[in-house]
Amino acid sequence: MPVIFITDALIFILVLMVFTYVFYARHYEHLRTPWHAVACRPLAMSAAIILVIYIVVGLLDSVHFHPKLESTKSSDTTYSTEVTSLLDLVLDDLNKNTERTYSAPLASYSFAKEMTDLSSGKQIRAYARLKYGGAHLDNPELDSLADITKKIFIGLVYGLSVSFVLSSFIIFILSKTHKIRFKQAFNKICKNEFPVAWTAMIITISITLISMSIIYNLSQYYHVLGTDKVGQDVLFQAIKSVRTGLLIGSLTTLVMLPFAVMMGLMAGYFRGWIDDVIQYLYTTLNSIPGVLLIAASILLLQVYIGNHSDDFNSIEERADLRLLFLCVILGITSWTGLCRLLRAETLKLREVDYVKAAQAFGVGNISIMLRHLLPNLMHIVMITIVIDFSGLVLAEAVLSYINIGVDPSMNSWGNMINGARMEMAREPIVWWSLAAAFVFMFVLVLAANLFSDAVRDAFDPRIRQQ
Amino acid sequence: MISYILRRVAYAFPILIGVNIITFVLFFVVNTPDDMARMQLGMKRVSDVTITNWKEERGYDKPILWNKDSESIKKITDTIFFQNSVKLFVFDFGRSDSGRDIGHDISQRMWPSLAITVPSLILGLLSYISFGLILAFFRGTYVDVSGVILCVIMMSISGLFYIIGGQYLIGKFLHLVPISGYDTGLHAVKFTILPIFIGLIGGIGVSTRWYRTIFLEEMGKDYVRTAKAKGLSETRVLYQHVLMNGLIPILTGVVVILPSLFMGSLIVESFFAIPGLGSYTIDAISRQDFAIVRSMVFLGSVLYIIGLILTDISYTLVDPRVGLN
Repeated sequence: MPVIFITDALIFILVLMVFTYVFYARHYEHLRTPWHAVACRPLAMSAAIILVIYIVVGLLDSVHFHPKLESTKSSDTTYSTEVTSLLDLVLDDLNKNTERTYSAPLASYSFAKEMTDLSSGKQIRAYARLKYGGAHLDNPELDSLADITKKIFIGLVYGLSVSFVLSSFIIFILSKTHKIRFKQAFNKICKNEFPVAWTAMIITISITLISMSIIYNLSQYYHVLGTDKVGQDVLFQAIKSVRTGLLIGSLTTLVMLPFAVMMGLMAGYFRGWIDDVIQYLYTTLNSIPGVLLIAASILLLQVYIGNHSDDFNSIEERADLRLLFLCVILGITSWTGLCRLLRAETLKLREVDYVKAAQAFGVGNISIMLRHLLPNLMHIVMITIVIDFSGLVLAEAVLSYINIGVDPSMNSWGNMINGARMEMAREPIVWWSLAAAFVFMFVLVLAANLFSDAVRDAFDPRIRQQ
Repeated sequence: MISYILRRVAYAFPILIGVNIITFVLFFVVNTPDDMARMQLGMKRVSDVTITNWKEERGYDKPILWNKDSESIKKITDTIFFQNSVKLFVFDFGRSDSGRDIGHDISQRMWPSLAITVPSLILGLLSYISFGLILAFFRGTYVDVSGVILCVIMMSISGLFYIIGGQYLIGKFLHLVPISGYDTGLHAVKFTILPIFIGLIGGIGVSTRWYRTIFLEEMGKDYVRTAKAKGLSETRVLYQHVLMNGLIPILTGVVVILPSLFMGSLIVESFFAIPGLGSYTIDAISRQDFAIVRSMVFLGSVLYIIGLILTDISYTLVDPRVGLN
């Protein structure tokens, strides 16, 4: 039985909007050209591949449902009260295989010594065997290294063969679309002669496929990134956190976009008292320190949730509301920058001849704004969206650290860092939770930064002229 | 000039009133004092008597906007709005929900904040401007390209990583300076080195790249070409013309944050246990002390607006093309 959270619905609306934009952009030369310029940049396209992988994981995690319970009677099916997502199904093994407490990456023994009963009835303190990590080994102390190497090798072979098949398929498609023979297309790929950065894309796809297959193969037998305090697999947590990061980065922009565009357009076009009011509004909001406004609002939400705890069916629903609320608040604190840019640009554009002509013909104000001004502001909107994304992903971690971020029950990189922070004092230190969160976040943010650089270079008219 | 400043200050007042109303609505209308009391005292099983007592102790039992039981002027002054929000305008912050004098706390705690933020700002400006200038000087070469790539990588790393990693590496592993804490007087120096240094590293990526862009934009202008055509050396053009003109947007960008330095940095202060205004705010947030959060929102807004006014003034001082009107 499907469950649709508000954020799920919004994220699919966003996906729909992106597809509509792609269809729209295909037909217009002035949009196709800059996107083609982006596609020709190898670094940007490699980053795009990484982003797509993150987005696929995030979308899989956004399809929620109540799983079917195996009932004794075949006639009526009952549903569990738990909410799971498609991603949970894919990663079911990782989710279920929990240990008692901390264990290091790829370990077969627990991290700390535990009391165990011997068969003779005596108790000793020793490193206990893990329930799942390396459970297939008879003598992990001797075999584990050789076994891990073997598993990595098998994963490598699988990954290589899959990426080989996929690359040949891409080259085959390319040869068909460019009307050349397969061998010619292959040579062109090797020499990097296609204008679009196909070579870089194929290399990136292959590398990610190979590393994913190695990690997958290892994760069947070990905890690749160890386990946390309650014995949950860190790799699973890190993957589940992808959705939160993506949502914060994208929904915030989606929420604030209508306001920023409308206000910016109106202030610049009508001027006079409307301009004064809007300027006053954004200066006031801007002058409140962002973190404090977020903190105050989250405090208030907590009070609200505390007083209305009966209105929520599940913890997930509550966490989801808080996530949405956080996006709205982040949107309120961040729309002012875009609004100011749009206002300045509209002020310039309204003096241009074609706007004057439209006014002379008696075109209404609203259609002038929508038909003549808005399309000419879209490049600013586009650049702002992609540049803001990475900053918002990083902000989530910081906000969760001060407990004004997403709900503590939600999987997020910020919560992982927050939970693992205290373990730095342990000897030897528990570093894997922190490392996993930072690496996953770093890869996403780096990819977003590289991609946004390319988009800015392609769309910013000031840079394009040079 | 004086009339210009006065006019700018007059413009600032409506904004402050707006901020005040927003915080008032957030803290007293959206959530009533009853909700706050319940939150502080525990969610359920709180008797009405304890809630009334709690509100009475903090003066939250008064009417919100209009006290019809009082006489003459007290109809307005003896209300929550007047007591808790209007008084902020004269920087009378009142008492925190736990009973401490907020104004006194702020005057005590701003010094540790300044001890971190002021050196960070000065050292940061010096190093970022030099890095930006170096990259701009070597534009198009491998130095520039690898520098920019390094910047992008560094700005993609979470700030928390720099703090946690730096604390571990320098404080615990190398045992150079204490990990966290604070001391009075000159002893404070050894506690401030690490936060300042880490703040410096964390800002390199974004700032260096931004300053490089500013300098490159400046280098593309006509006067630079003229200076080169006159036969001036590359370094002379860079230091005398590009640097001086590039400093205008950089310094005016810095002026706006100058007053906010009092507020300190939330994250850095709480990680390094520095008793400044940043950690004061964080503590208030986690203890859900609404009075302190409200005061800090107002104080932050005032400082930001002062920053805006200073920016406008500094523009008119630095750039003669900007008029006083």
